[in-house]
Amino acid sequence: MTEPNMPVTEDELHALVDNELPADRRAAVENWLDTHPEDAARVASWRAIGDALHARYDRIADEAIPPTLELDRLAKRPRSWMIGVAAAVLLAFAAGGGVGWLAHDASAAAVASAPDPVNAMREEAIAAHRLYIGEVRHAIEVRAEESHLLPWLSKRIGMTLRAPDLSKYDLKLLGGRLLPCSDGGPAALLMYENEKGERVTLYATPLKAPRTSFRYQETDKFGAILWVADNYGWVVSGPAGDKPRLKGIAMAAIEQGERR
Amino acid sequence: MIAFRPSVEAMIPALRRYARALTRDADIADDLVQDTLVRALRSERLFHGGDIRSWLYTILTNLNRNRRRSLARRPAISQFNEDDEAGANGTEAEGRDIERALTGLVEEQRSALLLVMLEGLTYREVAEIQGVPIGTVMSRLARARAHIKSSLDGEKVTLRRVK
Repeated sequence: MTEPNMPVTEDELHALVDNELPADRRAAVENWLDTHPEDAARVASWRAIGDALHARYDRIADEAIPPTLELDRLAKRPRSWMIGVAAAVLLAFAAGGGVGWLAHDASAAAVASAPDPVNAMREEAIAAHRLYIGEVRHAIEVRAEESHLLPWLSKRIGMTLRAPDLSKYDLKLLGGRLLPCSDGGPAALLMYENEKGERVTLYATPLKAPRTSFRYQETDKFGAILWVADNYGWVVSGPAGDKPRLKGIAMAAIEQGERR
Repeated sequence: MIAFRPSVEAMIPALRRYARALTRDADIADDLVQDTLVRALRSERLFHGGDIRSWLYTILTNLNRNRRRSLARRPAISQFNEDDEAGANGTEAEGRDIERALTGLVEEQRSALLLVMLEGLTYREVAEIQGVPIGTVMSRLARARAHIKSSLDGEKVTLRRVK
């Protein structure tokens, strides 16, 4: 219940900007602004925030929808990935406003996160990186010079593994090894080294997960870029604090991997 | 009865925009949208009408909250933070200013501000999405606006000094 003659409140100034003001208060608020320049300036600055947000972000809504977000693809994802989500997904709204749909949980609270194979892969890759880069004599199992390194690892992980040429990053391939994943699957680890002895690893494993773009994450003193493509997960690991370099290495791995 | 999938599909551009403004990182944003869509599709059978728009925004907002909470638990995580718009262009600089100002907000304030100003939702809709009374939404909005105003004013002061 609003009275046209009540004094104007702070809430009403905000409501004016957001078109939430009841019609019978509009005149009062606008009159107030005509006679209170400081409030008028604040209201103008709030409107400017909206303009800035639209100027910066509206273009995102105009972009073509990326293939990773196509509903037909997403609808076909393997079920095993989504165990436990269905019940947890449902969210309750309060009964008002005609918004209502079934829910298990009364609160509009957390959506439980499904077990995340991508994150599990990242953790295993970092653990392998951390463990093996510290080895002096046995950092790798099969040396780069041995011709069966790549055919062997490729056969084990079920795809043609190529060791990218990282000489432009001053990195030389030392060799590689085969690793077990906690789900029983195989992973290939290639290790590179520069003249200062700094090491970078490339980890590849079959992974049932949808394609992702690059993700970067730091854990302790390590940085890792990971991505998923064509049911394989990849992780490039190296020292923390140099994301652009790791990203360049990751790009090289993709580009050189795609040459058939 | 509304057509479920076309309604969800029609929301994808807006969800991408909201996610991008919420997280500042294009990759994280799209992953968040993807997770939202997957969960929405899984619940198609269980959706009995109502506002799909608000529902989708709610899922995305909650997923982001979970993501941030789980990040906070891990040691030394740094956010993917690429400034690829390093242009001398005035509007690009302003774009960075508002982006930077957003990161200074507490998550609930940021999400309230974006849902109202960028996504055009009503106070009532935002209250339902955030699971709080309308009054709380309004106070989050007021605080968000005050913070952003002083952040942007601060930027202008810096520019003047440089000149």
